[in-house]
Amino acid sequence: MTDVTAAAGAHGYFQAQARWRWLEIVFWLATLLPFVLTPSYLVLASQIAITALFALALDLILGYAGLISLGHAAFFGFGAYTAGLISKWGWGEPLSGLLLAGIAAALLGYATSFIIVRVSHLALIMITLGLCLLLHEAANRAGWLTGGDDGLQGVTMWRLFGRFEWDLYGYTAYAYSLAVLFVLFLLARRIIHSPFGLTLRGIRENAGRMQAVGAPTRRRLRVIYTISAAVAGVAGGVLAQTTQFVALETLSFQRSAEVLVILVLGGAGRLYGAIIGAVIFLIARDQFSGINPQFWYFWIGLLLVVVVTLLPNGILGGLAQLLAQQRRKKSS
Amino acid sequence: MLAHFLGVLIDGPAYGMLLFLLSVGLSVTLGMMNFVNLAHGSFAMLGGYVSVSLAQGANWPFFATLPAAFVASALVSVLFERVLYRRLYRATDLDQCLLTIGIVFMSVAAAAYFFGTMQQPANVPLGLRGYVTFLGIDIGRYRLFLIVIALIITVGLVAGLEYTRFGAKVRAAVDNQRMARGLGINVDGLFGITFALGSGLAGLGGALAIDMVGLDPNFALKFLVFFLIVVAVGGLGSIGGTLAAAMLLGISDTASKYYVPELGAFVLYAVMVGLLMWRPQGLFGKRQ
Repeated sequence: MTDVTAAAGAHGYFQAQARWRWLEIVFWLATLLPFVLTPSYLVLASQIAITALFALALDLILGYAGLISLGHAAFFGFGAYTAGLISKWGWGEPLSGLLLAGIAAALLGYATSFIIVRVSHLALIMITLGLCLLLHEAANRAGWLTGGDDGLQGVTMWRLFGRFEWDLYGYTAYAYSLAVLFVLFLLARRIIHSPFGLTLRGIRENAGRMQAVGAPTRRRLRVIYTISAAVAGVAGGVLAQTTQFVALETLSFQRSAEVLVILVLGGAGRLYGAIIGAVIFLIARDQFSGINPQFWYFWIGLLLVVVVTLLPNGILGGLAQLLAQQRRKKSS
Repeated sequence: MLAHFLGVLIDGPAYGMLLFLLSVGLSVTLGMMNFVNLAHGSFAMLGGYVSVSLAQGANWPFFATLPAAFVASALVSVLFERVLYRRLYRATDLDQCLLTIGIVFMSVAAAAYFFGTMQQPANVPLGLRGYVTFLGIDIGRYRLFLIVIALIITVGLVAGLEYTRFGAKVRAAVDNQRMARGLGINVDGLFGITFALGSGLAGLGGALAIDMVGLDPNFALKFLVFFLIVVAVGGLGSIGGTLAAAMLLGISDTASKYYVPELGAFVLYAVMVGLLMWRPQGLFGKRQ
């Protein structure tokens, strides 16, 4: 990596970083396989795509900018309720509804980002958690608007592009969520491989030094927090649109904790960690929860303890370490 | 109106005292090691279940189950501290959060597995049930009992921290961990003992809480938020701050239940977010 920078300068460095590897192309082609191989699991597949998108949003602030959030479901749920309400009020066009959900979540993210960048450590955890609880309680109490504990019912979507029906098997739902995930993934990839993304990683490693070299750290953090909120809002919006229902649970602490678990399991700060984590987590839950839904959380907890103590960089981090060791063995 | 006011006047402090017992250990250990222990509520829940199962399975009297709850929580917490927490003292906030959330999830599932998901009955002795009438006002006996017990423990804690050698060492370690190490204080050992004491108090609080707030497997998650609010608002490592925050929280939560029940916990969270925006280090915390 260092000789690349020396040879071609900063520009070359960014280009080398952003180059597509063949493994990535194979990965994205593989996401189309469920259509042919497991057509009866398309509903689950679209859940996975939505969760992966949500985890990707968290990855932007946690993996790259180092901001911990125990309440990111606030934006997920806010986007979901926005998308749901727009359609309930008579505008069922999916894409514009999704855009509005993203904008609404971004506005909320922008407003709260001023608080977020001022605090750190326990206060940061508490404020993110508190904001999420605040929204959850508000949605719970405003039953006339949100349906309260019963969830938001009566969401009806028009056909996608006026052509594709939202079928029971989830063909349209999976295609739609996968497309949204892919587009926003490209956006996230572009962001983190830009000079702005490099600044964020600098802030994560040492905020004081970044300020000293002249980077406006707080403004950068506010920008990425807003973007992350927007992405989470879109993920929530896709969920509301594809399931045509919004549960109060989309705003819950459990949802926030779950997405954190998924991201850390896959590996934070690696883009694909969010997706891998979502695939493993949701497939495992689908398999095990049939046996005993209560006990499912025991294994999640155990998994967390094991990952934190033994695999500090998640599954992808562990794999990367293994690969590096292999390579070192070969060269020596 | 007057009945409401008196209700708040008795129930609020009783609830606040309970929250203080439950969260004071977390405050001191967080202040000392800066370890974000989200599993504190699991130790409190353990105390509750120990008390219930001893009272029902072995027919222990209620008062005898209280020390047992304390000891059980303290011992289990020391085990966790030695085996798991110890590795992560220098890890990031995120890793500490994740490890302890993992423990919370495991404890919730384990409690559901062994005890079922229903509410556990409180085994309060007859003498503590019902009301005493004082100046024409009915006061719950158990509420009074809670306030008295918590006051005794608070006085004991403050005296222990202020007037004993052990307390002086704890205060030194909370104030400046590196300096305390430099002076030859065994901070790790000290932390182990403090951690056990704090978790034991949480366990005792968990046992005492059953009659007032109930006990089910979700206790650890439900009250996690309350502990964190108390600690974050009170300021890390400050006993007085924790007491003030716990009373504030207990009274305001009770008052909002009496006066504006339609808002629910909304007021509480809004107050917490506002307070933390104003003073991120807590009401009585030191400026960092």
